[in-house]
Amino acid sequence: MIIESIMNTSVPTLTPTNSIKDALQLLKEKRIRHIPIVNSEQEVLGVVTDRDLKEATPSSLASIENLEVLDLPLEQIMTKNPMTGHPLDFVEEAASIFYDNRIGCLPIVSQGKLVGMITESDLLYKFIELTGVHQPGSHIEIRVPNRTGILYEVAKVFYEQNINVLSVLVYPDKVDSNSKILVLRVETINPLKLIEAIRAAGFEVLWPSLPGTRL
Amino acid sequence: MKKNAVFVFSENQLGYKFSDTHPFNQKRLSLTVDLLKEMKALSLSDIVEPRIATDEELSLVHDSSYIEIVKKASIDSGDSSIYEPYGIGTEDTPTFPNMHEASASLVGGTLTAVDYVMEGKATHAINLGGGLHHGFRGRASGFCIYNDSSVAIKYMQEKYNARVLYIDTDAHHGDGVQWSFYDDPNVCTISIHETGRYLFPGTGNITERGTGEGFGTSFNFPVDAFTEDESFLEIYRTAFREIVEHFKPDVILSQNGADAHYFDPLTHLYGTMNIYKEIPKLAHELAHEFCDGKWIAVGGGGYDIWRVVPRAWSLLWMEMNDFKTPEGRLPKAWLDRWSKESPVPFIPTWMDPNPLYETIPRKLEITEKNKQMLDKALYMIRNHQ
Repeated sequence: MIIESIMNTSVPTLTPTNSIKDALQLLKEKRIRHIPIVNSEQEVLGVVTDRDLKEATPSSLASIENLEVLDLPLEQIMTKNPMTGHPLDFVEEAASIFYDNRIGCLPIVSQGKLVGMITESDLLYKFIELTGVHQPGSHIEIRVPNRTGILYEVAKVFYEQNINVLSVLVYPDKVDSNSKILVLRVETINPLKLIEAIRAAGFEVLWPSLPGTRL
Repeated sequence: MKKNAVFVFSENQLGYKFSDTHPFNQKRLSLTVDLLKEMKALSLSDIVEPRIATDEELSLVHDSSYIEIVKKASIDSGDSSIYEPYGIGTEDTPTFPNMHEASASLVGGTLTAVDYVMEGKATHAINLGGGLHHGFRGRASGFCIYNDSSVAIKYMQEKYNARVLYIDTDAHHGDGVQWSFYDDPNVCTISIHETGRYLFPGTGNITERGTGEGFGTSFNFPVDAFTEDESFLEIYRTAFREIVEHFKPDVILSQNGADAHYFDPLTHLYGTMNIYKEIPKLAHELAHEFCDGKWIAVGGGGYDIWRVVPRAWSLLWMEMNDFKTPEGRLPKAWLDRWSKESPVPFIPTWMDPNPLYETIPRKLEITEKNKQMLDKALYMIRNHQ
Protein backbone atom coordinates (compact mmCIF):
# COMPACT_ATOMS: atom_id res chain seq x y z
CA MET A 1 0.00 0.00 0.00
CA ILE A 2 1.36 3.42 -0.91
CA ILE A 3 1.02 6.73 0.89
CA GLU A 4 -1.00 8.25 -1.94
CA SER A 5 -3.91 5.94 -1.12
CA ILE A 6 -4.18 7.01 2.52
CA MET A 7 -2.93 10.60 2.59
CA ASN A 8 -5.13 13.54 3.33
CA THR A 9 -5.20 15.80 0.25
CA SER A 10 -7.04 18.84 1.56
CA VAL A 11 -4.43 20.14 3.97
CA PRO A 12 -4.89 23.49 5.72
CA THR A 13 -1.62 25.47 5.39
CA LEU A 14 -0.17 28.82 6.48
CA THR A 15 2.75 30.92 5.31
CA PRO A 16 5.87 31.96 7.31
CA THR A 17 4.48 35.46 7.70
CA ASN A 18 1.22 34.34 9.29
CA SER A 19 1.11 34.99 13.02
CA ILE A 20 1.04 32.60 15.98
CA LYS A 21 -2.50 33.76 16.56
CA ASP A 22 -3.48 32.63 13.04
CA ALA A 23 -2.00 29.20 13.71
CA LEU A 24 -3.78 28.84 17.06
CA GLN A 25 -7.07 29.73 15.41
CA LEU A 26 -6.57 27.26 12.56
CA LEU A 27 -5.75 24.40 14.94
CA LYS A 28 -8.88 25.07 16.92
CA GLU A 29 -11.13 25.50 13.91
CA LYS A 30 -10.02 22.39 12.04
CA ARG A 31 -9.33 20.30 15.15
CA ILE A 32 -5.83 19.43 13.89
CA ARG A 33 -2.40 19.37 15.52
CA HIS A 34 0.02 19.99 12.63
CA ILE A 35 0.23 22.76 10.04
CA PRO A 36 2.62 22.69 7.07
CA ILE A 37 4.10 26.12 6.35
CA VAL A 38 4.36 26.81 2.63
CA ASN A 39 5.25 29.67 0.29
CA SER A 40 3.13 30.89 -2.60
CA GLU A 41 4.59 28.09 -4.77
CA GLN A 42 3.25 25.47 -2.32
CA GLU A 43 6.81 24.52 -1.43
CA VAL A 44 7.11 23.21 2.13
CA LEU A 45 9.28 25.51 4.26
CA GLY A 46 8.42 24.18 7.69
CA VAL A 47 5.93 22.62 10.07
CA VAL A 48 4.24 24.09 13.10
CA THR A 49 2.72 21.75 15.67
CA ASP A 50 0.47 22.31 18.65
CA ARG A 51 3.52 21.74 20.84
CA ASP A 52 5.54 24.46 19.10
CA LEU A 53 2.64 26.80 19.73
CA LYS A 54 2.29 25.83 23.37
CA GLU A 55 5.99 26.42 23.94
CA ALA A 56 5.83 29.82 22.25
CA THR A 57 2.76 31.16 23.99
CA PRO A 58 2.50 32.29 27.61
CA SER A 59 1.02 29.94 30.16
CA SER A 60 -2.75 30.06 30.22
CA LEU A 61 -2.38 30.81 33.92
CA ALA A 62 -0.19 33.91 33.39
CA SER A 63 -1.66 37.38 33.06
CA ILE A 64 -2.88 38.15 29.60
CA GLU A 65 -1.05 41.43 29.15
CA ASN A 66 1.96 39.97 27.39
CA LEU A 67 0.09 39.16 24.23
CA GLU A 68 2.27 40.74 21.57
CA VAL A 69 3.90 37.34 21.28
CA LEU A 70 0.75 36.18 19.50
CA ASP A 71 1.51 38.54 16.63
CA LEU A 72 4.98 37.11 15.96
CA PRO A 73 5.40 35.38 12.58
CA LEU A 74 5.44 31.58 12.42
CA GLU A 75 8.84 31.76 10.73
CA GLN A 76 10.32 32.22 14.22
CA ILE A 77 8.92 29.04 15.73
CA MET A 78 8.45 26.60 12.86
CA THR A 79 10.61 23.51 12.36
CA LYS A 80 12.49 24.37 9.19
CA ASN A 81 13.12 21.85 6.40
CA PRO A 82 10.99 19.14 7.97
CA MET A 83 11.11 15.50 7.01
CA THR A 84 8.80 14.89 4.02
CA GLY A 85 7.49 11.87 2.16
CA HIS A 86 6.56 11.02 -1.43
CA PRO A 87 3.14 9.79 -2.62
CA LEU A 88 4.75 6.57 -3.86
CA ASP A 89 6.41 5.71 -0.53
CA PHE A 90 5.15 2.55 1.13
CA VAL A 91 2.99 2.92 4.22
CA GLU A 92 5.42 0.68 6.15
CA GLU A 93 8.32 3.03 5.25
CA ALA A 94 6.38 6.01 6.47
CA ALA A 95 5.62 4.17 9.70
CA SER A 96 9.36 3.61 10.27
CA ILE A 97 10.08 7.29 9.64
CA PHE A 98 7.49 8.26 12.25
CA TYR A 99 8.88 5.76 14.74
CA ASP A 100 12.60 6.47 14.20
CA ASN A 101 12.27 10.25 14.22
CA ARG A 102 9.49 10.49 16.80
CA ILE A 103 7.49 12.88 14.66
CA GLY A 104 3.74 13.37 14.45
CA CYS A 105 3.16 14.30 10.80
CA LEU A 106 4.70 13.89 7.39
CA PRO A 107 3.99 16.43 4.63
CA ILE A 108 3.87 14.62 1.28
CA VAL A 109 5.73 16.39 -1.50
CA SER A 110 5.75 15.70 -5.20
CA GLN A 111 7.75 17.77 -7.75
CA GLY A 112 8.68 20.13 -4.97
CA LYS A 113 5.09 20.98 -4.04
CA LEU A 114 2.91 19.94 -1.10
CA VAL A 115 0.30 17.42 -2.32
CA GLY A 116 -0.90 15.92 0.94
CA MET A 117 -0.14 14.97 4.51
CA ILE A 118 -0.36 11.97 6.79
CA THR A 119 -0.34 12.00 10.56
CA GLU A 120 0.38 9.38 13.19
CA SER A 121 -3.37 8.96 13.67
CA ASP A 122 -3.92 8.24 9.96
CA LEU A 123 -1.26 5.53 10.07
CA LEU A 124 -2.61 4.05 13.26
CA TYR A 125 -6.04 3.85 11.66
CA LYS A 126 -4.55 2.00 8.68
CA PHE A 127 -3.08 -0.56 11.04
CA ILE A 128 -6.45 -0.92 12.77
CA GLU A 129 -7.92 -1.65 9.35
CA LEU A 130 -5.22 -4.23 8.69
CA THR A 131 -6.26 -6.12 11.80
CA GLY A 132 -9.79 -6.25 10.40
CA VAL A 133 -11.53 -5.04 13.56
CA HIS A 134 -13.58 -2.40 11.78
CA GLN A 135 -15.74 -5.10 10.14
CA PRO A 136 -17.96 -7.54 12.03
CA GLY A 137 -16.02 -10.74 12.67
CA SER A 138 -14.70 -13.23 15.19
CA HIS A 139 -11.14 -13.44 16.46
CA ILE A 140 -9.25 -16.74 16.18
CA GLU A 141 -5.67 -17.53 17.21
CA ILE A 142 -3.92 -20.64 15.97
CA ARG A 143 -0.44 -21.98 16.68
CA VAL A 144 1.09 -23.47 13.52
CA PRO A 145 4.48 -25.00 12.66
CA ASN A 146 6.80 -22.54 10.92
CA ARG A 147 7.12 -24.26 7.54
CA THR A 148 6.30 -23.81 3.87
CA GLY A 149 2.70 -24.19 2.82
CA ILE A 150 1.18 -23.90 6.27
CA LEU A 151 -1.06 -20.97 5.34
CA TYR A 152 -2.40 -23.06 2.49
CA GLU A 153 -3.30 -25.86 4.86
CA VAL A 154 -5.02 -23.53 7.30
CA ALA A 155 -6.80 -21.63 4.54
CA LYS A 156 -8.12 -24.88 3.16
CA VAL A 157 -10.04 -25.45 6.40
CA PHE A 158 -11.68 -22.04 6.08
CA TYR A 159 -12.54 -22.78 2.48
CA GLU A 160 -14.12 -26.11 3.39
CA GLN A 161 -16.13 -24.46 6.16
CA ASN A 162 -17.28 -21.75 3.75
CA ILE A 163 -16.15 -18.96 6.07
CA ASN A 164 -14.69 -15.74 4.75
CA VAL A 165 -11.37 -14.51 6.21
CA LEU A 166 -11.23 -10.73 6.82
CA SER A 167 -7.60 -10.45 7.87
CA VAL A 168 -4.55 -12.53 8.75
CA LEU A 169 -1.67 -11.44 10.98
CA VAL A 170 1.40 -13.61 11.54
CA TYR A 171 3.17 -13.21 14.88
CA PRO A 172 6.35 -14.86 16.13
CA ASP A 173 5.65 -17.41 18.85
CA LYS A 174 7.39 -16.28 22.02
CA VAL A 175 7.14 -19.72 23.59
CA ASP A 176 8.23 -21.91 20.69
CA SER A 177 10.51 -20.56 17.99
CA ASN A 178 9.58 -23.40 15.62
CA SER A 179 6.03 -22.09 15.54
CA LYS A 180 4.13 -19.02 14.47
CA ILE A 181 0.89 -17.62 15.81
CA LEU A 182 -1.78 -16.80 13.25
CA VAL A 183 -4.36 -14.24 14.29
CA LEU A 184 -7.33 -14.26 11.96
CA ARG A 185 -10.55 -12.36 11.83
CA VAL A 186 -13.29 -14.36 10.18
CA GLU A 187 -16.72 -13.31 9.07
CA THR A 188 -18.94 -15.35 11.37
CA ILE A 189 -20.64 -14.98 14.73
CA ASN A 190 -20.39 -18.74 15.30
CA PRO A 191 -16.82 -20.04 15.11
CA LEU A 192 -17.54 -23.33 16.92
CA LYS A 193 -17.71 -25.65 13.91
CA LEU A 194 -14.73 -23.93 12.37
CA ILE A 195 -12.66 -24.43 15.52
CA GLU A 196 -13.49 -28.12 15.59
CA ALA A 197 -12.37 -28.39 11.98
CA ILE A 198 -9.10 -26.55 12.68
CA ARG A 199 -8.40 -28.90 15.59
CA ALA A 200 -9.29 -31.89 13.43
CA ALA A 201 -6.74 -30.68 10.90
CA GLY A 202 -4.11 -30.94 13.63
CA PHE A 203 -3.61 -27.32 14.66
CA GLU A 204 -3.68 -25.87 18.14
CA VAL A 205 -6.40 -23.26 18.69
CA LEU A 206 -5.28 -20.70 21.29
CA TRP A 207 -8.43 -18.57 21.21
CA PRO A 208 -11.30 -19.14 21.72
CA SER A 209 -10.07 -21.51 24.38
CA LEU A 210 -11.82 -23.67 26.90
CA PRO A 211 -12.92 -21.23 29.59
CA GLY A 212 -10.27 -20.74 32.20
CA THR A 213 -7.28 -22.16 30.42
CA ARG A 214 -5.91 -18.77 29.44
CA LEU A 215 -6.26 -17.20 32.85
CA MET B 1 -58.92 -0.05 29.07
CA LYS B 2 -55.15 0.41 29.10
CA LYS B 3 -53.33 -2.85 29.60
CA ASN B 4 -50.24 -3.12 31.73
CA ALA B 5 -48.34 -5.14 29.14
CA VAL B 6 -48.82 -7.07 25.91
CA PHE B 7 -46.87 -10.09 24.68
CA VAL B 8 -46.38 -10.04 20.92
CA PHE B 9 -46.22 -13.60 19.65
CA SER B 10 -47.46 -15.97 17.01
CA GLU B 11 -46.37 -19.40 15.88
CA ASN B 12 -45.37 -17.73 12.61
CA GLN B 13 -42.34 -16.22 14.37
CA LEU B 14 -40.89 -19.72 14.44
CA GLY B 15 -40.60 -19.43 10.66
CA TYR B 16 -37.39 -17.42 11.07
CA LYS B 17 -35.36 -20.60 10.81
CA PHE B 18 -32.11 -21.12 8.92
CA SER B 19 -31.82 -24.90 9.37
CA ASP B 20 -32.28 -27.66 11.93
CA THR B 21 -28.69 -27.43 13.11
CA HIS B 22 -28.30 -23.64 13.10
CA PRO B 23 -27.55 -22.16 16.54
CA PHE B 24 -30.17 -19.39 16.16
CA ASN B 25 -33.24 -21.42 17.05
CA GLN B 26 -36.63 -19.84 17.68
CA LYS B 27 -37.84 -22.97 19.44
CA ARG B 28 -36.76 -20.96 22.48
CA LEU B 29 -39.92 -18.87 21.96
CA SER B 30 -42.10 -21.97 22.25
CA LEU B 31 -40.20 -23.09 25.35
CA THR B 32 -40.62 -19.66 26.94
CA VAL B 33 -44.33 -19.30 26.11
CA ASP B 34 -44.97 -22.79 27.43
CA LEU B 35 -43.11 -22.10 30.65
CA LEU B 36 -45.04 -18.86 31.21
CA LYS B 37 -48.37 -20.56 30.56
CA GLU B 38 -47.42 -23.29 33.01
CA MET B 39 -46.68 -20.56 35.57
CA LYS B 40 -50.10 -19.01 34.83
CA ALA B 41 -48.17 -15.84 34.07
CA LEU B 42 -49.32 -15.55 30.45
CA SER B 43 -52.92 -15.74 29.30
CA LEU B 44 -54.43 -15.63 25.83
CA SER B 45 -55.65 -12.09 26.45
CA ASP B 46 -52.03 -10.91 26.91
CA ILE B 47 -50.94 -12.20 23.51
CA VAL B 48 -51.04 -9.96 20.45
CA GLU B 49 -50.41 -11.07 16.87
CA PRO B 50 -47.40 -9.42 15.24
CA ARG B 51 -48.01 -7.59 11.99
CA ILE B 52 -45.68 -7.77 9.01
CA ALA B 53 -43.52 -4.70 8.41
CA THR B 54 -44.20 -3.05 5.04
CA ASP B 55 -41.41 -2.36 2.55
CA GLU B 56 -41.83 1.32 3.34
CA GLU B 57 -41.22 0.66 7.02
CA LEU B 58 -38.19 -1.53 6.32
CA SER B 59 -36.85 1.27 4.12
CA LEU B 60 -36.69 3.53 7.15
CA VAL B 61 -33.27 2.00 7.72
CA HIS B 62 -32.65 -0.55 4.96
CA ASP B 63 -31.62 0.06 1.34
CA SER B 64 -34.31 -0.90 -1.13
CA SER B 65 -31.75 -2.85 -3.18
CA TYR B 66 -31.04 -4.97 -0.09
CA ILE B 67 -34.74 -5.60 0.53
CA GLU B 68 -35.06 -6.74 -3.09
CA ILE B 69 -32.15 -9.16 -2.64
CA VAL B 70 -33.71 -10.67 0.50
CA LYS B 71 -36.99 -11.10 -1.40
CA LYS B 72 -35.18 -12.79 -4.24
CA ALA B 73 -33.30 -15.10 -1.85
CA SER B 74 -36.66 -16.10 -0.35
CA ILE B 75 -37.75 -17.77 -3.55
CA ASP B 76 -34.51 -18.60 -5.32
CA SER B 77 -31.54 -19.78 -3.29
CA GLY B 78 -29.69 -20.83 -6.45
CA ASP B 79 -26.65 -18.71 -7.20
CA SER B 80 -25.17 -17.77 -3.81
CA SER B 81 -22.55 -15.46 -5.34
CA ILE B 82 -25.13 -12.72 -5.94
CA TYR B 83 -26.23 -12.86 -2.29
CA GLU B 84 -22.86 -13.04 -0.59
CA PRO B 85 -21.99 -9.35 -0.97
CA TYR B 86 -25.15 -8.75 1.09
CA GLY B 87 -24.08 -11.20 3.80
CA ILE B 88 -26.76 -13.71 2.74
CA GLY B 89 -26.15 -17.31 1.74
CA THR B 90 -23.24 -17.48 4.20
CA GLU B 91 -22.79 -19.95 7.05
CA ASP B 92 -24.24 -17.40 9.50
CA THR B 93 -27.27 -16.34 7.47
CA PRO B 94 -28.03 -19.02 4.88
CA THR B 95 -31.01 -18.50 2.61
CA PHE B 96 -34.28 -20.19 3.53
CA PRO B 97 -37.74 -20.21 1.98
CA ASN B 98 -39.78 -17.10 2.80
CA MET B 99 -36.86 -15.43 4.54
CA HIS B 100 -38.18 -11.99 3.60
CA GLU B 101 -41.63 -12.64 5.08
CA ALA B 102 -40.20 -14.25 8.21
CA SER B 103 -37.74 -11.40 8.76
CA ALA B 104 -40.32 -8.70 8.02
CA SER B 105 -42.66 -10.36 10.50
CA LEU B 106 -40.07 -10.13 13.29
CA VAL B 107 -39.72 -6.40 12.51
CA GLY B 108 -43.52 -6.10 12.38
CA GLY B 109 -43.69 -7.69 15.83
CA THR B 110 -41.50 -4.99 17.29
CA LEU B 111 -43.57 -2.32 15.50
CA THR B 112 -46.75 -3.84 16.96
CA ALA B 113 -45.15 -3.63 20.40
CA VAL B 114 -44.17 -0.01 19.73
CA ASP B 115 -47.68 0.98 18.62
CA TYR B 116 -49.28 -0.54 21.73
CA VAL B 117 -47.00 1.48 23.98
CA MET B 118 -46.84 4.73 22.04
CA GLU B 119 -50.61 4.86 21.43
CA GLY B 120 -51.17 4.33 25.14
CA LYS B 121 -52.93 0.98 24.76
CA ALA B 122 -50.38 -0.70 27.01
CA THR B 123 -47.70 0.61 29.35
CA HIS B 124 -45.14 -2.03 28.35
CA ALA B 125 -44.80 -4.47 25.48
CA ILE B 126 -42.52 -7.33 24.59
CA ASN B 127 -41.53 -9.00 21.32
CA LEU B 128 -39.09 -11.79 22.05
CA GLY B 129 -38.85 -12.59 18.34
CA GLY B 130 -37.09 -9.22 17.83
CA GLY B 131 -33.70 -7.94 18.94
CA LEU B 132 -31.82 -8.68 15.72
CA HIS B 133 -29.23 -6.03 16.48
CA HIS B 134 -26.53 -6.97 13.93
CA GLY B 135 -28.61 -6.17 10.82
CA PHE B 136 -27.05 -3.38 8.76
CA ARG B 137 -28.54 -0.92 6.27
CA GLY B 138 -27.57 -3.05 3.30
CA ARG B 139 -26.16 -6.23 4.74
CA ALA B 140 -27.08 -9.23 6.89
CA SER B 141 -24.68 -10.09 9.69
CA GLY B 142 -24.50 -12.40 12.70
CA PHE B 143 -27.82 -14.25 12.15
CA CYS B 144 -29.69 -10.96 11.60
CA ILE B 145 -31.37 -9.98 8.33
CA TYR B 146 -33.55 -6.96 9.05
CA ASN B 147 -32.84 -4.90 12.14
CA ASP B 148 -36.17 -4.65 13.95
CA SER B 149 -34.84 -2.34 16.66
CA SER B 150 -33.34 0.15 14.20
CA VAL B 151 -36.58 0.21 12.19
CA ALA B 152 -38.63 0.59 15.39
CA ILE B 153 -36.50 3.47 16.66
CA LYS B 154 -36.72 5.35 13.37
CA TYR B 155 -40.47 4.64 13.30
CA MET B 156 -40.90 6.04 16.82
CA GLN B 157 -39.00 9.16 15.80
CA GLU B 158 -41.06 9.77 12.67
CA LYS B 159 -44.50 8.73 13.86
CA TYR B 160 -44.35 9.74 17.52
CA ASN B 161 -41.52 12.28 17.55
CA ALA B 162 -39.99 10.36 20.45
CA ARG B 163 -36.58 10.57 22.02
CA VAL B 164 -35.48 6.96 22.33
CA LEU B 165 -32.99 5.24 24.61
CA TYR B 166 -31.84 1.80 23.48
CA ILE B 167 -30.14 -0.50 26.00
CA ASP B 168 -28.58 -3.74 24.80
CA THR B 169 -27.39 -6.41 27.26
CA ASP B 170 -26.72 -9.11 24.65
CA ALA B 171 -23.18 -10.51 25.03
CA HIS B 172 -22.42 -9.28 21.51
CA HIS B 173 -22.02 -5.58 20.67
CA GLY B 174 -25.23 -4.02 19.29
CA ASP B 175 -23.38 -2.75 16.24
CA GLY B 176 -26.24 -2.54 13.73
CA VAL B 177 -28.34 -0.30 15.96
CA GLN B 178 -25.36 1.80 17.04
CA TRP B 179 -24.26 2.58 13.48
CA SER B 180 -27.85 3.35 12.39
CA PHE B 181 -28.02 6.25 14.86
CA TYR B 182 -24.35 7.10 15.26
CA ASP B 183 -24.86 10.72 14.17
CA ASP B 184 -28.32 11.21 15.68
CA PRO B 185 -28.43 13.24 18.92
CA ASN B 186 -32.04 12.18 19.63
CA VAL B 187 -31.31 8.48 19.92
CA CYS B 188 -29.08 7.17 22.67
CA THR B 189 -27.63 3.67 22.28
CA ILE B 190 -26.05 1.75 25.15
CA SER B 191 -24.43 -1.63 24.70
CA ILE B 192 -22.88 -3.80 27.40
CA HIS B 193 -21.06 -6.74 25.84
CA GLU B 194 -18.04 -9.01 25.94
CA THR B 195 -15.00 -7.11 24.67
CA GLY B 196 -14.59 -7.12 20.91
CA ARG B 197 -11.01 -8.27 21.29
CA TYR B 198 -12.33 -11.78 21.65
CA LEU B 199 -15.94 -11.83 20.53
CA PHE B 200 -17.91 -11.07 17.39
CA PRO B 201 -18.39 -8.47 15.98
CA GLY B 202 -15.20 -6.90 17.36
CA THR B 203 -16.53 -3.34 17.70
CA GLY B 204 -18.04 -1.65 20.75
CA ASN B 205 -14.99 0.04 22.18
CA ILE B 206 -15.57 2.79 24.76
CA THR B 207 -14.13 5.27 22.27
CA GLU B 208 -17.13 4.75 19.97
CA ARG B 209 -19.18 7.66 21.27
CA GLY B 210 -21.07 8.86 18.20
CA THR B 211 -20.14 11.38 15.56
CA GLY B 212 -21.05 14.94 14.53
CA GLU B 213 -24.30 16.03 16.18
CA GLY B 214 -24.62 12.58 17.70
CA PHE B 215 -21.31 12.73 19.54
CA GLY B 216 -21.87 11.66 23.12
CA THR B 217 -25.07 9.65 22.50
CA SER B 218 -23.45 6.26 21.85
CA PHE B 219 -22.19 4.40 24.90
CA ASN B 220 -20.22 1.17 24.97
CA PHE B 221 -19.24 -0.97 27.95
CA PRO B 222 -17.03 -3.82 26.78
CA VAL B 223 -16.55 -6.25 29.69
CA ASP B 224 -13.73 -8.74 29.88
CA ALA B 225 -14.11 -12.42 29.04
CA PHE B 226 -15.04 -14.42 32.20
CA THR B 227 -16.89 -11.47 33.75
CA GLU B 228 -19.28 -12.64 36.50
CA ASP B 229 -22.62 -11.44 37.85
CA GLU B 230 -21.54 -8.78 40.32
CA SER B 231 -19.23 -6.96 37.96
CA PHE B 232 -21.71 -7.18 35.08
CA LEU B 233 -24.52 -5.82 37.24
CA GLU B 234 -22.39 -3.05 38.71
CA ILE B 235 -21.72 -1.80 35.20
CA TYR B 236 -25.30 -2.24 34.06
CA ARG B 237 -26.81 -0.45 37.04
CA THR B 238 -24.39 2.45 37.16
CA ALA B 239 -24.28 3.07 33.44
CA PHE B 240 -28.00 2.66 32.75
CA ARG B 241 -29.13 4.99 35.54
CA GLU B 242 -26.55 7.72 34.91
CA ILE B 243 -27.20 7.74 31.18
CA VAL B 244 -30.98 7.84 31.53
CA GLU B 245 -30.68 10.75 33.96
CA HIS B 246 -28.40 12.51 31.49
CA PHE B 247 -30.29 11.79 28.25
CA LYS B 248 -33.89 11.98 29.54
CA PRO B 249 -35.61 9.70 27.02
CA ASP B 250 -39.34 9.54 26.24
CA VAL B 251 -39.25 5.78 25.88
CA ILE B 252 -36.87 2.88 26.63
CA LEU B 253 -36.27 0.03 24.18
CA SER B 254 -34.34 -2.84 25.76
CA GLN B 255 -32.65 -5.64 23.83
CA ASN B 256 -32.57 -8.73 26.04
CA GLY B 257 -30.18 -11.17 24.44
CA ALA B 258 -29.65 -14.02 26.90
CA ASP B 259 -26.19 -15.13 25.83
CA ALA B 260 -24.02 -13.67 28.60
CA HIS B 261 -24.72 -16.80 30.66
CA TYR B 262 -21.97 -19.27 31.59
CA PHE B 263 -23.73 -22.00 29.61
CA ASP B 264 -23.91 -20.05 26.36
CA PRO B 265 -21.80 -21.86 23.76
CA LEU B 266 -20.90 -18.78 21.70
CA THR B 267 -19.61 -16.37 24.34
CA HIS B 268 -17.11 -16.35 27.20
CA LEU B 269 -18.96 -14.47 29.92
CA TYR B 270 -19.78 -16.08 33.26
CA GLY B 271 -23.23 -14.72 34.07
CA THR B 272 -25.83 -16.76 35.95
CA MET B 273 -29.62 -16.53 36.04
CA ASN B 274 -29.19 -13.82 38.63
CA ILE B 275 -28.38 -11.21 35.95
CA TYR B 276 -31.57 -12.10 34.08
CA LYS B 277 -33.52 -11.56 37.26
CA GLU B 278 -31.93 -8.14 37.84
CA ILE B 279 -31.68 -6.68 34.31
CA PRO B 280 -35.44 -6.22 33.76
CA LYS B 281 -35.97 -4.82 37.26
CA LEU B 282 -33.94 -1.70 36.58
CA ALA B 283 -35.37 -1.22 33.07
CA HIS B 284 -38.85 -1.39 34.60
CA GLU B 285 -37.97 1.01 37.39
CA LEU B 286 -36.32 3.59 35.12
CA ALA B 287 -39.17 3.43 32.59
CA HIS B 288 -41.60 4.43 35.35
CA GLU B 289 -39.28 7.03 36.82
CA PHE B 290 -38.45 8.81 33.55
CA CYS B 291 -40.73 7.66 30.71
CA ASP B 292 -44.18 7.39 32.20
CA GLY B 293 -43.69 3.64 32.12
CA LYS B 294 -43.05 3.44 28.36
CA TRP B 295 -40.86 0.35 27.94
CA ILE B 296 -40.58 -1.98 24.99
CA ALA B 297 -38.50 -5.13 25.34
CA VAL B 298 -37.21 -7.33 22.54
CA GLY B 299 -35.27 -10.60 22.56
CA GLY B 300 -31.90 -11.15 20.90
CA GLY B 301 -29.15 -13.74 21.15
CA GLY B 302 -29.31 -16.77 23.40
CA TYR B 303 -27.91 -20.06 22.18
CA ASP B 304 -28.50 -22.34 25.12
CA ILE B 305 -32.17 -22.55 24.26
CA TRP B 306 -32.96 -25.23 26.89
CA ARG B 307 -31.28 -24.28 30.14
CA VAL B 308 -30.94 -20.50 29.80
CA VAL B 309 -33.29 -18.67 27.45
CA PRO B 310 -36.72 -19.92 28.68
CA ARG B 311 -35.94 -19.04 32.28
CA ALA B 312 -34.32 -15.69 31.42
CA TRP B 313 -37.13 -14.49 29.17
CA SER B 314 -39.84 -15.72 31.54
CA LEU B 315 -38.25 -13.65 34.30
CA LEU B 316 -38.35 -10.64 31.96
CA TRP B 317 -42.09 -10.97 31.27
CA MET B 318 -42.87 -11.65 34.92
CA GLU B 319 -40.97 -8.55 36.02
CA MET B 320 -42.80 -6.50 33.38
CA ASN B 321 -46.08 -7.64 34.95
CA ASP B 322 -45.06 -7.18 38.58
CA PHE B 323 -45.23 -10.88 39.33
CA LYS B 324 -43.29 -11.89 42.38
CA THR B 325 -39.91 -13.29 41.27
CA PRO B 326 -40.44 -17.05 41.14
CA GLU B 327 -38.36 -19.19 43.44
CA GLY B 328 -37.61 -22.84 43.84
CA ARG B 329 -38.33 -25.46 41.23
CA LEU B 330 -39.55 -25.03 37.67
CA PRO B 331 -43.01 -26.50 37.01
CA LYS B 332 -42.75 -30.26 36.79
CA ALA B 333 -45.09 -30.50 33.83
CA TRP B 334 -42.83 -28.21 31.79
CA LEU B 335 -39.69 -30.13 32.69
CA ASP B 336 -41.37 -33.42 31.85
CA ARG B 337 -42.66 -32.12 28.55
CA TRP B 338 -39.32 -30.91 27.23
CA SER B 339 -36.64 -33.00 28.91
CA LYS B 340 -36.95 -35.77 26.34
CA GLU B 341 -36.03 -33.37 23.56
CA SER B 342 -33.29 -31.49 25.38
CA PRO B 343 -29.76 -32.66 24.61
CA VAL B 344 -28.60 -31.41 28.04
CA PRO B 345 -30.08 -32.02 31.51
CA PHE B 346 -32.21 -29.09 32.67
CA ILE B 347 -31.43 -26.91 35.64
CA PRO B 348 -34.66 -27.76 37.49
CA THR B 349 -34.82 -24.53 39.51
CA TRP B 350 -35.42 -20.87 38.62
CA MET B 351 -32.04 -19.79 39.92
CA ASP B 352 -28.79 -21.56 39.08
CA PRO B 353 -27.08 -23.77 41.67
CA ASN B 354 -24.38 -21.93 43.58
CA PRO B 355 -21.58 -22.32 42.63
CA LEU B 356 -22.33 -23.00 38.96
CA TYR B 357 -18.68 -23.24 37.95
CA GLU B 358 -15.20 -23.39 39.43
CA THR B 359 -13.81 -20.19 40.88
CA ILE B 360 -12.21 -17.77 38.43
CA PRO B 361 -8.57 -17.21 39.44
CA ARG B 362 -8.42 -13.62 38.17
CA LYS B 363 -11.80 -12.41 39.34
CA LEU B 364 -10.41 -9.39 41.21
CA GLU B 365 -8.41 -8.16 38.25
CA ILE B 366 -11.31 -8.61 35.87
CA THR B 367 -13.63 -6.71 38.19
CA GLU B 368 -11.09 -3.93 38.60
CA LYS B 369 -10.52 -3.67 34.85
CA ASN B 370 -14.26 -3.52 34.20
CA LYS B 371 -14.66 -0.81 36.83
CA GLN B 372 -11.94 1.27 35.22
CA MET B 373 -13.64 0.83 31.84
CA LEU B 374 -16.96 1.97 33.36
CA ASP B 375 -15.45 5.17 34.72
CA LYS B 376 -13.73 5.96 31.44
CA ALA B 377 -16.89 5.38 29.43
CA LEU B 378 -18.95 7.64 31.70
CA TYR B 379 -16.27 10.29 32.14
CA MET B 380 -17.85 12.67 29.65
CA ILE B 381 -21.32 12.82 31.11
CA ARG B 382 -20.00 12.95 34.66
CA ASN B 383 -17.91 15.97 33.73
CA HIS B 384 -20.90 17.75 32.26
CA GLN B 385 -22.74 17.70 35.54
